[in-house]
Amino acid sequence: MPNVILRAENIYKKYGNLEVLKGISFRVNQGETTVIIGPSGTGKSTLLTCINQLTPPDKGHIWLEDTEITHPDTDINLIRSSIGMVFQHFNLFTHLSVLDNVRIGLLVVKKIPMSEATKISMEKLNDVGLGDKVNAYPAELSGGQQQRVSIARALAMKPKLILFDEPTSALDPELIGEVLNVMTKLAESGMTMVVVSHEMGFARAVANDIIFMENGVIVEEGKPDKMFIQSENPRTKEFLHKITELYGGKKE
Amino acid sequence: MNFLALAWNILPKLMEGAVITIQLTIIAIIIGIIIGIPTALGRVYGNKVVYTVCSFFVEIIRGTPLLTQLFILYFGLPSVGIMLSPFTAAMFGLGINSAAYQAEYFRGAIQSIKKEQLIAAYSIGMNQMQTIRHIVLPQMFRLVIPSWSNELIYLLKYSSMAYMIQAPEIMSQGRLIASRNFRTFEVFIIVALIYLVLVSILSKILDIMENKFRIPGL
Amino acid sequence: MEQINIIWQGLPSLLSGTVTTIILTIYFLGLGFVMGIILALGRVYGSRIINYIIIRPFERFFRAVPALVLLFLFYFGSSFFNLNFSPFVAAILAMGLRSAAYQSEIFRGAIQSIGDGQMKAARSIGMNMFQSIRYIILPQALRLSIPPWANEYAVVLKDTSLAYAVGVTELLRQGRYIVARTFGNALLVYTFCALIYFILVFIGNQILKKLEKKYKIPGHEIQAPKQQSVLERI
Repeated sequence: MPNVILRAENIYKKYGNLEVLKGISFRVNQGETTVIIGPSGTGKSTLLTCINQLTPPDKGHIWLEDTEITHPDTDINLIRSSIGMVFQHFNLFTHLSVLDNVRIGLLVVKKIPMSEATKISMEKLNDVGLGDKVNAYPAELSGGQQQRVSIARALAMKPKLILFDEPTSALDPELIGEVLNVMTKLAESGMTMVVVSHEMGFARAVANDIIFMENGVIVEEGKPDKMFIQSENPRTKEFLHKITELYGGKKE
Repeated sequence: MNFLALAWNILPKLMEGAVITIQLTIIAIIIGIIIGIPTALGRVYGNKVVYTVCSFFVEIIRGTPLLTQLFILYFGLPSVGIMLSPFTAAMFGLGINSAAYQAEYFRGAIQSIKKEQLIAAYSIGMNQMQTIRHIVLPQMFRLVIPSWSNELIYLLKYSSMAYMIQAPEIMSQGRLIASRNFRTFEVFIIVALIYLVLVSILSKILDIMENKFRIPGL
Repeated sequence: MEQINIIWQGLPSLLSGTVTTIILTIYFLGLGFVMGIILALGRVYGSRIINYIIIRPFERFFRAVPALVLLFLFYFGSSFFNLNFSPFVAAILAMGLRSAAYQSEIFRGAIQSIGDGQMKAARSIGMNMFQSIRYIILPQALRLSIPPWANEYAVVLKDTSLAYAVGVTELLRQGRYIVARTFGNALLVYTFCALIYFILVFIGNQILKKLEKKYKIPGHEIQAPKQQSVLERI
């Protein structure tokens, strides 16, 4: 019986009069990668920020393993240190070097001593291939490098789950590959991941589960082969067809 | 008598002072424009000599306190035989001070006009004078409105310094009243409120003006 | 020649006045800095109630009322409320709080131009509000604030001359004493005072420029907020 890392039930979220999430429920098992796809503006990013309570849901419950994230008594900062988040625009701390960016969570949040924090940070930076850039500043790096640093920053906290919010959408085309490679390696190493993305090649190759969202609801859900080859819902077919034209799918 | 009664009582006298305050502000801003625009043009288009003179003027005035400038005009000039009345000294002091700041605002506005536009003007045959007159200045006036509005409000507030050289504006009136009824604190609360009202009204007017004259899209 | 002698003999007093001016500047800017950061944080992260009932009225009052009036209010208010603090303290309170109102705008602009992505990232690794502000937001905001803050420094330094009006013996008042004592050439004395102010402003600006260079974050500048109403800008 696989261990359920993340469970969301009936998530509702409204912005003013606009209802962005209308009853989303899903679960993610340990070691699995779930990719969420769908047209822009359908609440995919909002769903991610609901999970780590950056934008708390209006209704519904979310559990991280056995702890209910949405419970008012839960220490949200503690939960967040167990959930990693990688943003579309990287959001690296511009005044800190690469090493400090990765290290600061360990020092300030987890209160780990400096020498151990440095060791962990160096390890993660090497894992993403940036061991030689530890003293550089974010503005001196390319987009792809910055995003890899931000993955290292999330990894250093030893999270149970990492959320990726369109991690490659702000990158120049030739830099997308290096980030997707890191993410693929991560998935293969057994990290539990929820990824919002348009990268169909990645989704097809790496995802254990694909969720298609539109207009705030889950239209269809299933394994990649099922979704890409014989999806049940005409909307899914239509969307996948359009997006594969735009972004390129996996070559047969 | 209580505070409100006091306020009602002294308001007429204070208003006399407020009139002087407003006059000083208006005259000073005009002097500022008259001296400020040529100075700005001198710093942008002038040759080395013109540029140096204008910059010298701007840096010295902006680098020294308004109060010292007023003191120099009112207490200092008599040493060389020039006696100015408090109002005149205040007028020139505030005006010249404002000119230096306005010169910088105008300069900023001129320099924010994209070079491409000047190139376009030259390429249809305009000379520098024509370009300045038809392309640069009209835009400069509209681009400078936000900073200029700020300057007008600063002038309204800093006109209070004229009190220090005995000009009969609202602060002096307040002091005069207080010297008779010894309720200095309350009198100046009322003065403060009058300034609050004047500044708010002026701000509102400038807001409306700004919205009317803004270049669309910028 | 006699005139220059007057200045020469007056140098000790002018020096003492200059020192007072510098001390006043430090106090004004210091109080303004501490209060300014608190107000700015309140503006950006505080509740609506705190903002509309305390912070905005405070800023509006201290920015719309002229410095001279504020000085008088604190000076005469001290005896009105039986608090009896010295002119020196009255000046510090009046001008310090006034500077706070202006500095809070500087810091607010800096914090808001950092963008909410930084705060989101900090919270997402588990930092609480206090940690996020202390380690991520403020370090960046302070660096961005240096250029406009240099402007505030110049304004405050020059405005210390207003303390004259409540009897504080700063540079300008010392100049006045010299003129009165010696029937000296007022033009010369006050021009000399102006020169000293100019030098102080210049030196301060140079120091701040060096500071700015040292702590510059590449690729970052404060973005002026678009379309503010006049009352919000003054």
